[in-house]
This record gives sequence, structure tokens and C-alpha cells, in this order.
Amino acid sequence: MGFFSKTIDKLKGALKKTATVLSTDVRTLFVPGRQIDDQFLSELEERFLRADMGIQNVDRIVNELRDRWRLGKIKDASECLGIVKEQLGANWPKQDRELRLAPSGPTVILVAGINGTGKTTSIAKLAWLLKNEMKKSVMVCASDTFRAAAVEQLSIWAQRIGVDIVKHKMGADPAAVAYDACESAKARGIDILIIDTAGRLHTQENLMRELTKIRDVVARRIPGAPHEVLLVLDATTGQNALAQAKNFSLAIGVTGIVLAKLDGTAKGGVIFAIRDQLSIPVKFVGLGETPQDIETFDPVRFIDALFGGEKAAA
Amino acid sequence: MFTALTDRLNDVFRKISGRGIISEENIREAVANVRTALLEADVNFQVVKEFCDTVQANAMGQEVISSLQPGQLFIKSVYDELVKLMGPVDTSIMTVTPGPTVIMMCGLQGAGKTTTCGKLARYLDAKGLHPLMVAADLQRPAAVEQLRVLGEQVGVPVYIDEARVAEHGQVPRGAAVAVCRAAVADAKLHGHDVVIIDTAGRLHIDEDLMTELRDINTQIGVHQIFLVLDAMSGQDAVNSAKAFNDQLELDGLILTKFDSDTRGGALLSAKYVTGKPVKFIGVGEKVEGLEEFRPEGMAQRILGMGDVVGLVNDAMQKFDAAKTAKINEKMLKGQLSLDDFMDQMAQVSKLGSVGRVMNMLPGMDGFTRDLNIKESDMDKQVVRMRAIYNSMSKKERKDPDMLDGPRRRRIATGAGVQTQDVSQFIKQFETSRDLMQSFGSLNMARKMSVMSQLMSGGLVNLAGSFGLKGRKSTFMEKKDRNKKKRR
Ligand SMILES: Nc1nc2c(ncn2[C@@H]2O[C@H](COP(=O)(O)OP(=O)(O)OP(=O)(O)O)[C@@H](O)[C@H]2O)c(=O)[nH]1
Ligand SMILES: [Mg+2]
Repeated sequence: MGFFSKTIDKLKGALKKTATVLSTDVRTLFVPGRQIDDQFLSELEERFLRADMGIQNVDRIVNELRDRWRLGKIKDASECLGIVKEQLGANWPKQDRELRLAPSGPTVILVAGINGTGKTTSIAKLAWLLKNEMKKSVMVCASDTFRAAAVEQLSIWAQRIGVDIVKHKMGADPAAVAYDACESAKARGIDILIIDTAGRLHTQENLMRELTKIRDVVARRIPGAPHEVLLVLDATTGQNALAQAKNFSLAIGVTGIVLAKLDGTAKGGVIFAIRDQLSIPVKFVGLGETPQDIETFDPVRFIDALFGGEKAAA
Repeated sequence: MFTALTDRLNDVFRKISGRGIISEENIREAVANVRTALLEADVNFQVVKEFCDTVQANAMGQEVISSLQPGQLFIKSVYDELVKLMGPVDTSIMTVTPGPTVIMMCGLQGAGKTTTCGKLARYLDAKGLHPLMVAADLQRPAAVEQLRVLGEQVGVPVYIDEARVAEHGQVPRGAAVAVCRAAVADAKLHGHDVVIIDTAGRLHIDEDLMTELRDINTQIGVHQIFLVLDAMSGQDAVNSAKAFNDQLELDGLILTKFDSDTRGGALLSAKYVTGKPVKFIGVGEKVEGLEEFRPEGMAQRILGMGDVVGLVNDAMQKFDAAKTAKINEKMLKGQLSLDDFMDQMAQVSKLGSVGRVMNMLPGMDGFTRDLNIKESDMDKQVVRMRAIYNSMSKKERKDPDMLDGPRRRRIATGAGVQTQDVSQFIKQFETSRDLMQSFGSLNMARKMSVMSQLMSGGLVNLAGSFGLKGRKSTFMEKKDRNKKKRR
């Protein structure tokens, strides 16, 4: 199982894109030899806030730096950078970021999130990755039977990527579709089954119960399933992402996050709060609209990008 | 978690109320609290900064009216400033004659453009117009199909050109423009007076796709361009909104997903950075979930103060009109008695599930559940208040000020509660009454509006007895609430 991220790290194509998108421009803030002062700390605060890290988190970090500085323990801006990187990066052990695969039989990945975050596209990306880079047999399951043309959308992806799909008619019971998919995956000896679900707000209790039901059905059909429960978050989301992560976790026990749309100018800093408060790791990041635009989460690069200069809007 | 700004501000000003002088330092502290609240709500950093400077400047120049609590006066000024920032309200949609009026929807991926197209078509259809929707998102798989289904749902035709849908995600240059051009011709032919174009979601930094939008705009002669923006957006909302506005000169904003518990600071950011009016907010996945924008409830929501107005309206509907009128009169004179207070409580308990009412407060969604507060517990509180009241003598009810220690102990024994419960009850009453008395100097119109606040004050104090402190009524005027619709 540990080989997974290594395999992907070999993906040159995807990496190139990140390098340009998540530029590592720390020069503006951390000029060599710059002394720490109130101005510097407030610039640092601003940078963090702009990255959606949340005022509480930011206050904590900046206040700690300020304390150390006042006590004379640090005085150069570059020392700050080291401390911050260390703090932010401490919480992302590698084993947490890897996909959990079933020891035998189909691995089931349940994918959920609020409306429009990028679930279906992320599933296409995962399917592509697993099929082409891991040489797995993949099946997708169209359990979004609610949104107009959702089944169609997933079908198109399945066809383009060349993976199996299990689907019912629109309006069908999503749990029943998942049930069939599990049976079918077992019968056909499929390695990985990825289940798409309808976008729903984390505040809609009845719909959250529906998700729990899907999860329960899957768990009864295949022992140990779902092996991964991935929450797809939109990187442009602000502090509400925390509420989303919390409620989805309550309903289906989220095991990891896919942070989509990181190819825009948003930084997705709310994941630190989610990691701190809910212990949910980020497993993948989405960097575009094609199946290849996916990467395993790399905390070092992600943190570097937080300090990157704002990309000017075109 | 959820933090009540009102509460924190009251704390700030309570400290100084003894001295009666508000210093610059006090204001600074209060403004810092506002800053935190706005940042928690995802209002953009820069917008917060400028907003806070304004609030600070306003507060400095303000006279302290002794009969009003400075905390509430301050909140009022913050609230007014927010409403001002979100205005002027203009939810009209400009149409041209001869038609058709061409409306283009644009925005980032996943913002909710397609659904909003359907909603807007339905809205305009209901206004007697004859819209045609255009499937110009040739990019996302099945986007065209999604719009077709929506069209069926709302009974509005959709212009589709299957032949131009991208086979493998590569839309040839000019394809979207061609579809739109043909659609407008079709609209003219069939007498549609509005054309609504659904475009593919795109990043504001994607030059090719932004060019596509500019091409549609100039070559088709689009009359109105709306940016569809997710209400849960964070700090980056300003960047995308600004880029879209710079390149397309937007006519209005539509914020989606407001049926969630998001505080929705992105609305303020986008309005601020574009200067364009918010036309609608999306409040549900269903096609009915579109509302004309009203800033009032929104200011409270962003500040994290809850939908006090919604509470008031709801309460108003269920209150006994005659009794309420009588209480109102007394309130206006600043003579709320304990009897009136109990009447008010009785009315409040008639609202039934206080839990449900609590859930109407943004950010409080699920809060009661979290705290494991059951409805029956709420009812128990009201029952306990009633018991305390019943154990008091007529004289005591008339003049609660006479309730010294021994009397309180006696009442507690009679009601089967702790002495501190009695004290708390009296305190709740006094808060309501004092609030009223401080209005003595206000004119009639002001009183009327404030009065509606007091009605929620009852609820508030009730909530307060569960440790949900300080959702105290403020001076906000009674305004339309933002209804929540769920599918
Ligand atoms: N730029 C960019 N766009 C993305 C990314 N992931 C998804 N999208 C786009 O976001 C939009 C919504 O994606 P979907 O995959 O349909 O989202 P969903 O969560 O399945 O949506 P619903 O099922 O409607 O809730 C589409 O236009 C996708 O192409 C990403 O990483 N980057
Ligand atoms: Mg989907």
C-alpha cells in the first residue's frame, strides 16, 4: 500500500503544472536579512488570512512568533519561515496520506461533498490514476441519481477513461445503485470501486442520512468497506469547509480530503484547521478539468505555496 | 465555533460603563471584535480592513447617548454601515425593446451557474416574460443535458446544438459564440423576449476561456452579465469577482448556496470589489430556490448575530394579536411589568419548538442538537418560570425590586427551584424592561421598530437561560427575513 504515492510522484506531467501554479515565491516576504518587526508580523498575518487559514489559527501562529521574537529567541525573518513551515508541516505523516486498499477483494472508495465541489471530476481523475498508473481494474458507481444529467456526466467520463460503470435511472435509490455496484464489483473481480454521490449541503439532515445509508449498504456487502471515504472540498471555500468536514464526518466517517480546484488563485488554507480539529488528512489535490490533473497531496509544496505571491488576475 | 458578536461587544462596553466614557481604546477593542467576526465570515481581508477603518472613524465622532447602552449603539452603527455597503439594492433586470434581452451567466466552476439559469428562467417566466435558455457550456460532460432537463422542469425551452458539444473536452474556438448567435436568431424567430446564456465554468486566470466570454459579449451584443458566485467562497472571492468584472463589466451578482450555514462574507467582498449590485441569492437546489436580494438579514448573518428579524417575524405571526397590542402599548411607554413579561413568555412558548426557532439562526444550525437540548427541556424552562411567578405575591409581581434575599428564598421553596433560579428569572425580566426604558427618548417610529426587537428579546432571554448567552435584541429594524427553503 505504501507504494501508492511513490508511483504517482513519478507523474512528470502533473508535476509540471503544480510547479507553475503553486509558485514558491517567498522572496517578497522573507527578504534575506529582514528583521522581524511588527510590520513583518502583520504582513505574515495578512498572507495567512488571505490563504483562508482562518483568524483563530492565524492568531495562534502569529502570536507565538511574536512571543518568541519579544523574548529575543528569534530576530530574522527567515527563522520565522522555518518555524512556521515546521509547525504547519508537522501534522501530515506520509502514511496518513496514502490510499487505503483492501487486502483482498474490491476496495471501495465513497466520494461525497457539497454541491459543485468537483466530486464527479475527481472520481474521473482517481479512476484514471488507478487504472493507468496503478494498473488496477476500476469501476465507478453513479449514485448521484438526483442532479439533472449527473448519471450522464459520470457515464461520459467512464467511457472516456475506459472503466466500467454501474448505473440506474435518474431518481433511483442511490443506496440500491451502490448495492448493485458492490455485487457487480465482486462478481467481476474488480480491484477498485468508486462511488459518486449527489452533492448535498452538510446542513441537510435528511440527505446526510441518505449518505449514511449508502455507507451502511456498502459496509454490509463488502467487509471493511468503504475503505476510503473521500470528502471533496473546493479550494476556493472559506471557513465553512470546516463545518462541511465536520458534518460529513459525522455522517460517513471521512478518511481523507480531495482538495479540488487548486489551479485557481485560492490557497485552500482551511485544511490546516480541518487537520488540527478533525484529524482528517488531505490525500489528493485537483489541478484542472482533465483526468490527468490530479496529484497526491504534498504538504511541503502546499505550505510553500501559501507564501507564494498572489497571482495577479489575468 | 459560532461566536456571538453582540455578546463580545457587550463585554467590551460593560467594562467601561462604570466610568461612562468611551475612550479611543475601547472603540479600538470593539472594532477588533468586529474584525474577527467579519474574518470568520470570510469577508476579504482588505475589505475588512477598510470597513473597520470606517466604523472606527464613525464611532469616534459619535456622541454617547447616556440612555443607550454604548455596546448596542456601536452594533447599530456597524450594522448600518454593513447594510450601506451592501446597497443600494437593485434587483431589477433591465430589458431592452425590441428584444430579445440577452443575459449571460458566468463564473467559476461549480458555482451553480446552470441551476441558477433554470431558476432565473423560471423567475422571469413567472413575471410574464418568454425566456429561452442557451446551452453554451460545451465543455463539461453532460452540462447541455443538465440544462435541457432543467428547461423541462421549469417549462422553458432550451437552445441546444449537440453537434458543437466538445467530444473530448476540447472546445474549438468560436463554438460557444456560434451557438449563442444561432440561439439569439432562434429567439427572434420564436418571439422570445429574454435569452439566458449558460456558459462553462472557468477560472478567472484562464485567458483562453475569458476571451471566449468577451467574444460572446461583444459579438452577440449581451445586455446583462451576471456573475454567479458561491456564498461559501473564501478570501479568493475578490480575485475572481474582480477579474470577471474587469474583463466583462458585470451588471450584477448572484450568490448561491445561501441555504447552507455559511456566514456568506463573500457577498460583501464581491459587492465591495466590483461595486455591482447583488441581484439574487440562491437558497436551494430546487428551481424555486431563488430570492431577490435583501441586505438587512444578511448583515446580521455576516456578523454572526443570527436572523433576529426572522425570529421576530415568525414570532409576530404566532403571537396573540390583542394581547401583543396591549403589551406593545406598555412597552412604548417604557412600563413593562412582570405580568407583561410572563404574558410574553407564554406567547413565546406558544411558538412551540424553540429548538426550531434557534435553528433559524445562521450558524446555530445543529447547535441545539450539538448541545443536546431537547424541546422538552425548553418547555421545562418556561414551566419553571411560571412556577416562580406563581409563588410570588401580587405585591411582589408589581414591584420585583422589593425581592430581597429572604423573599427570593421563600419563592424558590414555593416553586421548588433554587434561589439562583429566581434571581436569574428576575434578571431576565429586568433586562427586557431596562431595554425598553432606554428607549424613552426615541421617537415613535423608532420605538415601533425597536419594539419588534423586544419580542425576540423574550426568546433571547429564554435561550440565555440555557447558556446560549446574550443573543440579546439589538436595534435592528424589522425587515424581511431570508426564508430558508429546503428540498
Ligand atoms: N479548474 C478546476 N475545475 C474543476 C476541478 N475539479 C472539478 N472542476 C470543475 O468544477 C465543475 C464541477 O465539477 P463536478 O465534478 O461536476 O462537481 P460535483 O461535485 O460532482 O458537482 P455536483 O454533482 O453537481 O454536486 C466542473 O466544471 C468541473 O470541470 C479542478 O480541480 N480544477
Ligand atoms: Mg457530481
